[in-house]
Amino acid sequence: MEYFNIFVKSIFIENMIFAYFLGMCSYLAVSKTVKTGVGLGAAVIFVLAVTVPVNYLLENYVLKEGALSWLGQDFADVDLSFLSFIMFIAVIASMVQLVEMAVEKYAPALYGALGIFLPLIAVNCSILGGSLFMQERQYANIGEATVFGLGSGVGWFLAIVAIAAIREKIRYSNVPAPLRGLGITFIITGLMGIAFMSFMGIEL
Amino acid sequence: MSETAKAAEVAVKEPKEPLFSKKNKALITDPLNDDNPITIQVLGICSALAITVQVKQAFVMAMSVLVVLVGANLIVSLMRNLIPSRVRIIVQLVIVAALVILVDQVLKAFVYDVSKQLSVFVGLIITNCIIMGRLEAFALANKPWPSFLDAVGNAAGYGWILIVVAIAREFFGSGKIWGVQLIPDAFYDLGYANNGLMILPPMALITVGIIIWVQRARNTKLIED
Repeated sequence: MEYFNIFVKSIFIENMIFAYFLGMCSYLAVSKTVKTGVGLGAAVIFVLAVTVPVNYLLENYVLKEGALSWLGQDFADVDLSFLSFIMFIAVIASMVQLVEMAVEKYAPALYGALGIFLPLIAVNCSILGGSLFMQERQYANIGEATVFGLGSGVGWFLAIVAIAAIREKIRYSNVPAPLRGLGITFIITGLMGIAFMSFMGIEL
Repeated sequence: MSETAKAAEVAVKEPKEPLFSKKNKALITDPLNDDNPITIQVLGICSALAITVQVKQAFVMAMSVLVVLVGANLIVSLMRNLIPSRVRIIVQLVIVAALVILVDQVLKAFVYDVSKQLSVFVGLIITNCIIMGRLEAFALANKPWPSFLDAVGNAAGYGWILIVVAIAREFFGSGKIWGVQLIPDAFYDLGYANNGLMILPPMALITVGIIIWVQRARNTKLIED
């Protein structure tokens, strides 16, 4: 039940886009058509679901205070947590590279669809944000961390597909000229955020 | 005359660019308005929206970005001929991450409460697109001094949007600016109420949307088709 709880919470209540604005840059830049939105969204789900558990292991067995105690008594009170930013970003950049190479070799069709988006993801704030939230919230085990990563990715996917669909339609509307493009996208995202806030009261 | 002497003569004859030539000044002034990183280049939105509930947080964030951006732009610009282009993203990320760790430790030491409120967003300066964007677009191809000016200009352009959004949200949301109450108690007695919606995340998006609207209405060149 705890897993389901975290999953739903990370998709709807603590949505990466609407509640924390993470990954806004690529969200705004790549949401012109639904097709590219789906491609980037799928890549984000994939990378989040891989990097959050890896960083969870790193956090709990290397970085946290006392995490190195498995090496012996001498390491029991070593605190490396100030290194977490650089470790997380290194893991993310290398995981993205690895995932890119693996997908290219074993699933060329998927690579064709995701190809150009994968390198973009290394600098997508939602990926590093996922790892940092995982660190801040202290999940109990690796299963919870994985579910959190997966759920955040799905939430991001939903958001980008929804905004892309709206942007495809809004092209036919008579938007005031200075608001066209970026301005109206911001305001629509704000309105969608208000809609998503109705999930906030849900207690799971 | 030998080749080296000739080359030296050419180098001497080349007019030396003054430190604040027109081109260099434009590096600072353009990002403030017509080439603003947030409203025109669409970079660094994430943090701009999330930490603008209070002016103090926004100010600390803008300063942190200024320090990291200037540092990273200078370092990358100095190293630009040494970085192989295939691994440049990782090199840039490491440089930026090291600077962000420094900023994070300083914030934790001197303004602990703000650092707690900013939570993950200090760490997210690493993936702030302004920084990667300026490193890729400018520092990799330019000398240190123009890169420095470019960094200052872009950080200032980012900072003023942040502070304007924060002023609007804090004033209407809680009647304060920088924690100082500006709306007198008499107003509240008459039935004035703070607009709680301004503090919630969606209003940040709408405020930035309105800034974009005003900016593009004043400068019609920027309108998208």
